[in-house]
Amino acid sequence: MPNLSLKKNPMPTRDPIERGKSFLEVTLGYTKEAAIDEADRCLGCKKPLCVEGCPVGISIPSFIQKVKVGEFEEAYRIITVASSLPAVCGRVCPQESQCEGKCVRGIKGEPVAIGRLERFVADFHNETSKEKPQKPVSNGRKVAVIGSGPAGLTCAGDLAKRGYAVTIFEALHAAGGVLVYGIPEFRLPKAIVQKEIDGLKKLGVEIRLNTVIGKTLSIEDLKSEGYEAVFIGSGAGLPNFMGIEGENLCGVSSANEFLTRINLMKAYQEGSATPVFHAGKVVVVGGGNVAMDAARSALRLGAEKVTIVYRRSLAELPARKEEVEHAMEEGIEFSLLCNPIKIEGYYNPDDRRDPKNGFVKGITCIRMELGEPDASGRRRPVEIPGSEFFLPCDAVIMAIGTSPNPLIKSTTEGLEVTRRGGIAADENGRTSLPFVYAGGDAVTGAATVILAMGAGKTAAASMDADLANRTKN
Amino acid sequence: MYEILEKQILNPTVLRMKIAAPAVAKKAQPGQFVILRTDENGERIPLTIADYDRSAGSVTIIFQVVGATTERLSHMEVGECLSDFVGPLGRATETEGVRKVAVVGGGVGCAIAYPAAKKFFHEGATVHVIAGFRNRDLVILEEEFSAVSQKFVKMSDDGSWGEKGLVTDALRALIDSGEQYDRVLAIGPLPMMKFVSLLTKEYNIPTVVSMNPIMIDGTGMCGGCRLTVGGKTLFACVDGPEFDGHLVDFDEAMARGAMYRPFERAAHEAVCNLYREVK
Repeated sequence: MPNLSLKKNPMPTRDPIERGKSFLEVTLGYTKEAAIDEADRCLGCKKPLCVEGCPVGISIPSFIQKVKVGEFEEAYRIITVASSLPAVCGRVCPQESQCEGKCVRGIKGEPVAIGRLERFVADFHNETSKEKPQKPVSNGRKVAVIGSGPAGLTCAGDLAKRGYAVTIFEALHAAGGVLVYGIPEFRLPKAIVQKEIDGLKKLGVEIRLNTVIGKTLSIEDLKSEGYEAVFIGSGAGLPNFMGIEGENLCGVSSANEFLTRINLMKAYQEGSATPVFHAGKVVVVGGGNVAMDAARSALRLGAEKVTIVYRRSLAELPARKEEVEHAMEEGIEFSLLCNPIKIEGYYNPDDRRDPKNGFVKGITCIRMELGEPDASGRRRPVEIPGSEFFLPCDAVIMAIGTSPNPLIKSTTEGLEVTRRGGIAADENGRTSLPFVYAGGDAVTGAATVILAMGAGKTAAASMDADLANRTKN
Repeated sequence: MYEILEKQILNPTVLRMKIAAPAVAKKAQPGQFVILRTDENGERIPLTIADYDRSAGSVTIIFQVVGATTERLSHMEVGECLSDFVGPLGRATETEGVRKVAVVGGGVGCAIAYPAAKKFFHEGATVHVIAGFRNRDLVILEEEFSAVSQKFVKMSDDGSWGEKGLVTDALRALIDSGEQYDRVLAIGPLPMMKFVSLLTKEYNIPTVVSMNPIMIDGTGMCGGCRLTVGGKTLFACVDGPEFDGHLVDFDEAMARGAMYRPFERAAHEAVCNLYREVK
C-alpha cells in the first residue's frame, strides 16, 4: 500500500536566520526513515512520466523501488547508469520543471520528492561506499576534454570508463567549472564536487589546470599532441550587462565576478587574499538561479538589505522554486515587475578626493506590466510611463545571463557557431569539424547542470562510436 | 608548479623574474599578459609579459611592489615555485603596417613598453622611445631600450636623469620638430596615458594604450576588467589589453582601479608586517 500523503516529506533545513550568517549548506538531507517513507509515495507507474521529464532519462521508479526496500547502494547503481553526478543534480536540478513536474502524484497534492531521494541515495553512497573504482583496461587511445564543469567531467568520466586516456584542460587554477566558481557552498558544498573530481582521477583522468584552450594551446595543438578527439565543454562565457548608464561605477559587478570572488577565491573567509564588497544595501538584477545565489551570498556577507529586481512577475521567475522559497525565508526582498533604467553614482563636488566618489548610491527603476506573450511564450514586460522610482543601495549585481566566449571559436578555423555565437553542434554533440565535439553551455548558452551533463554523456558516446570506426593513430 | 629561474632587483621597488612556463613561453607575444598566484591561498593578479624565451621555456615578468601579492612575490627566491601561472592572455600588440612609432613608457610601464618596442624594431619600423621616471634611482631597462630604438629620449620629474619634465613635453617637442609618427604606443600610469592620448588627439596620431585593470579569471568570465571604449563596454582581458587611447574613458578606469584600495592597503601592510616579524 503506497503512502498516500499529499505532501512531500519535508526537507530538514537550517534555521533561516542562522543560515543567513554562514555559508554552511542550507538543506540537510533526508534520514533513511524519511527517504523510505517518501519512496513509498511513488506509485511505480507502468508508463513513468517522470522519466520523460528527466533530461538524461534516469530510471526513476526503479531506483525509488530500491529505496523503498532499503537497497540504497542498488538504487545508486541504477541512477549512475544514466547520471554521472547524482549528488550534484539531486541538489541543483530544477526538478519542478523536469521529473517532479510530470509526476502523477503532483496532480492532486505534491509530487514525489525525486530530487531529494536522488540526493539521499548519492550522499548515502558517498558516505558508506568503500568500493574502490577500478582503473579500466586501456584501449590505448588519447582524447582531450576542454573545461572541467558538468559537461566536461561527465564526458571525461564516460570516456575513461571505456578505456580512453583522458586529459581535461581547465583554464582556472581549480577544477569543477561553474560547480566551483558559480554555485555557492551553501547550496552545493565543494567537498561534493571534489569527491566527483577525485573519482575521475582514480579512473585515470588527468587534469591540466591553468591551461586556456584558444590561448595556451589551440585545438590544432591538441591534435598534434596525439589527442584523437576533442570535446569542448567550455561553458557559458562572458557576463551580460544591460547597457544602462552607471553600469561601470564602482560597486557594480556581474554575478559571475561577485560569485567567483566568493566561491573560487574564498573571499567570504576571514583573511582571504581576494577582496569582495561587504555592502549594506544590495540590489541584484535578474531572476534566475544565479540571481538567487548572488542575493543570498550578499546576505551572508552581512548585507542589511538585499533586493532582487526582476522585470516579470513571481510566476515567471526562472530560478528553482526551492531557491526562491529559501531566499524569501531568509529575508531577501523581491521587487518584481520592475526594471533598472539607470545606476546613480556618488559624487562630492566639494571634495574630489572623497573616497566615496565614483561609487554606487542607488538605482533608478521603472515599474512594468505584462503585455502580450513574446517569442519565448512568456508575457512581455512593458514599462509603465511615469512610474520611475529610486532605490538607494551601495552595490548592484547584474545577473542577467551570459554570452558565448569567443576564445575557442576565434582560434579554431572551420569551427562553426550558431547565430547567437554558441558552438554549433548536432544532437549527438558533433561539430562542423571532424573529431571535435561540443556540449553544455558552450553550445546552448547558460542552461542547467543536468543538460550539460547529458550533453557530455551523449558526446562521449559519439566520440567512442566515431573513433571505433577510425584506425588508431 | 612554476619555478623562479632568475631574480633581479631593478630598482628599490621593481623586480624582474624569469619563470619556467614552457607552454606560456611557446605562445607568448608582446602585449599579452599572464595571471599568477604565488601560493594556494593567493589572489590572482595579472602581469604583462616583459619578455619570453621559447627555447628555454621561460617567461619574464617585471613588477612593482604595490600590494600584498607583489610583496609576497618579491620575497620569493630562485628555486621556489609559483602555484599558478596562466597565459598568454589577451591580444598581442598589433605592429602591422606601422613604419614609424613613438613608444612612450612611464615608470614600471616601461617593462611592458619594452617588448613592444623590440617587436616594432625587429620588424623594421623606426622606433623612438620616450621613457619617463620620477628620478634616476627608479630607471629600468635603459640599455634594453637603447638597443631597440633609433632615438631614445630620457625624462625625469626632477631632472636627475635625462631632461627634466614629463613624457608629454618630450612627445610634443618631437612632433613639433617635424617627426611624423603613424602610431604612438603609450604604456604607464593611467594619468600619463590619458594625457598622451589628449596630446596625440590634437595632432590626430593613432594612439594605442595598454590597460591593466582589476581582473580575476582573465578569460572573459567575470567582467571585472570592463572599461568604456568609445561608449561601448569592453573587457580588457579578451578585447584588450591594448585599446585606442582616443576612445578610452580614463577617468572611469581610474575610479575602477581604486575600487579596492582600502582593502589592498590593509592587506599589503599585513604582509609587510609578517615579513618584518620573520626578520
